[in-house]
Amino acid sequence: MSEHHKENFITKYVFSQDHKMIAKQFLITGMFMAVIGMLMSAIFRVQLANPGESSMLYNLLPGAWLNDTGGLNPDKYLALVTMHGTILVFWVLTAGLSGTFANFLIPLQIGARDMASGFLNMLSYWFFFAATVVLLSSLFVETGPASAGWTIYPPLSALPQAIPGSGTGMTLWLISITLFVVGSLLGGLNYIVTILNLRTIGMTMQRLPLTIWALLITAILGVLSFPVLLSCGLLLIFDRSFGTSFYLSDIIINGEVLHNEGGSPILFEHLFWFLGHPEVYIILLPALGIVSEVIAVNSRKPIFGYKAMVGALLLIAFLSFIVWGHHMFMTGMNPFLGSVFTFTTLLIAIPSAVKVFNYLATLWRANIRFTPAMLFAIGTVSAFITGGLTGIILGDSALDINVHDTYFVVGHFHIVMGLSAIYGMFAGVYHWFPKMYGRMMNKNLGYIHFWGTFICAYGVFFPMHFLGLAGLPRRYYSNSAFPMFDGLSDINELITFFALAGAIVQVIFLFNFFYSIFKGTKATQNPWKSNTLEWTTPVERIHGNWPGELPVVTRWAYDYSKPGADEDFILQTEPLKEGEVEH
Amino acid sequence: MDIALRNTVKKQLLWVALAAISMFFASMLSAFIVEKADVGNWKVFILPDQFEISTAIIILSSFLLFFVKPLLKRGKSIFTLVFIVFILGILFSYFQIKGWQQLTNEGVYLTGVGSNIAGSFLYILTLTHLLHLVGGLVGLCISTIKSKQNLYSINNYLGLELTSIYWHFLTVLWIILFAFLKFY
Repeated sequence: MSEHHKENFITKYVFSQDHKMIAKQFLITGMFMAVIGMLMSAIFRVQLANPGESSMLYNLLPGAWLNDTGGLNPDKYLALVTMHGTILVFWVLTAGLSGTFANFLIPLQIGARDMASGFLNMLSYWFFFAATVVLLSSLFVETGPASAGWTIYPPLSALPQAIPGSGTGMTLWLISITLFVVGSLLGGLNYIVTILNLRTIGMTMQRLPLTIWALLITAILGVLSFPVLLSCGLLLIFDRSFGTSFYLSDIIINGEVLHNEGGSPILFEHLFWFLGHPEVYIILLPALGIVSEVIAVNSRKPIFGYKAMVGALLLIAFLSFIVWGHHMFMTGMNPFLGSVFTFTTLLIAIPSAVKVFNYLATLWRANIRFTPAMLFAIGTVSAFITGGLTGIILGDSALDINVHDTYFVVGHFHIVMGLSAIYGMFAGVYHWFPKMYGRMMNKNLGYIHFWGTFICAYGVFFPMHFLGLAGLPRRYYSNSAFPMFDGLSDINELITFFALAGAIVQVIFLFNFFYSIFKGTKATQNPWKSNTLEWTTPVERIHGNWPGELPVVTRWAYDYSKPGADEDFILQTEPLKEGEVEH
Repeated sequence: MDIALRNTVKKQLLWVALAAISMFFASMLSAFIVEKADVGNWKVFILPDQFEISTAIIILSSFLLFFVKPLLKRGKSIFTLVFIVFILGILFSYFQIKGWQQLTNEGVYLTGVGSNIAGSFLYILTLTHLLHLVGGLVGLCISTIKSKQNLYSINNYLGLELTSIYWHFLTVLWIILFAFLKFY
């Protein structure tokens, strides 16, 4: 039976329990935060291109702490870098990506009316929203937002008196991230239970689209790793607010000897990175899931090696829990232990290579449709390869030491995690926009957006590797004090040029997105000729997804260009013909 | 969603949540282990007797909850049983707090100049467990009221079943924490 019912404005748009609306809420909030995070990066890139000056662009940002006209000083630079990282990692690429596509796709692709618990799902978004408000409010406190980097290492984060950003801003950061984690956990519980229990008749685990596998494994990663961040944060809160010494020992600050003894900031790093590395895959796996779907649909071919793809996802997820030490090679770690972490880290190359190989094999001799979504999907694979290659260097303890905390690291993780994931997100938005809003996005603007983004992103992050190899340290406000880096200023200017150009290109996307919501060409029910269940729902959004009975699945999601078929796609609901063998 | 599926879904939601809570405490314990191995001035102290009493109490409370289903099967009232478990939960909390009192009397503090990281860990571990237990007490309180109103039957006692699972989890968790604090 349909669960379609009347909704008023509040229940439809604000406190909605409909997974599709919650997905849009995550998407819009994520996009809003992405714009803020991107503007922050534009400002500090301008600063880096003009060392020795204080960027006055900074004064354009809101917040009482910016009321002085001194421009971007070193303290504020650190605050911007911290907020940029926090916003992009957690708000955009975790909640914006997973929150959007897990909510949107899970019930639609498994053939369910909604999530297992609509209420928990709604709560998940509103915790995220509250976290957003608290984080943004830290821009307006007198001493500025948190400034200890997105990894908030103690003692900067543990001693409110350390630097301006260690004060109220840091407290708000911790409150915000706690709310964020609670929201993420509520979402994750729902995703797992929904996928395990609410699949429609015939939707066996072996017939699940790879998007769902990726989202399931992501949710499991989140449920197992975010609580560790909570415990890590709890100990930090006790240290900074109640005077315990979990992360502190032998500290003298402004001539005052603190009583803290016995703690260790290294403990914080262990706990933080036990979340931190799975977090990389919490960001990346949904993008890879989206890419699997988009590449198969637009190659008009079955995804190559379905089972190997699932196995690779599982193996990556497992390995992500035993590699955190590669973020800590420089902490005085026993070299033997370092080599163990090197080994486990390099093992990730195996399932990663399986995935890349399968993507390329799917594309091989395919009848490719280069839609904007497809270009971004291929862009994800490209960034995954480029960033993965430098990961081999950073994952090796002996090599990592040479480029530790340099721009090499910045270049690496922005490509492998940032670009891969954001391209995946764009691919998802372009691909499922017709299902979300019933209209099409403009294709030509999509092409301009892709090529502009692709060129600018490589223009920003590729040269960073050379800066890093030359020893340029990350997080420095200015390198003008070091003559050895003078020759690198041109590269910094070039990077800033591409960063600003890349930011401008995103305006095209924003225009295309919002314009198309209202004025885009009306979409047909299945514009991409896909097999998956979401394209069997009506174009108009209804709560409950299908007006009549739930669809019954009879085949896997990748019957494209199947010999003997009338068309080059076969919906998952279409019964097998007599004598037809399921893939 | 039919009732059987809804019950399964709710139970699974709880089990996944318990997995998350387990990770929270596992990370705390691993921090405890790492710090104990690293810290030169780790203060050694004897756990207060009250914690042993509270351990016995929570084990007893968990044991009693196993009689809920047989009683419901026989159509008997479970009010007294659930009420006793609720009271035992309160008693457990009381002895935990008495244990902290004993510790402070002996100079083991959570924080401050006289504190030591060993004591801080003890307080944090027991405090976070107790905070989770408050959730269980709320569940037991509701179950007590509902059982007084005879709202449970063998075919309809999901709320109590969920509370029981959560309570058993807290018992096992406490036994692990207690064993670590006492013997490790």
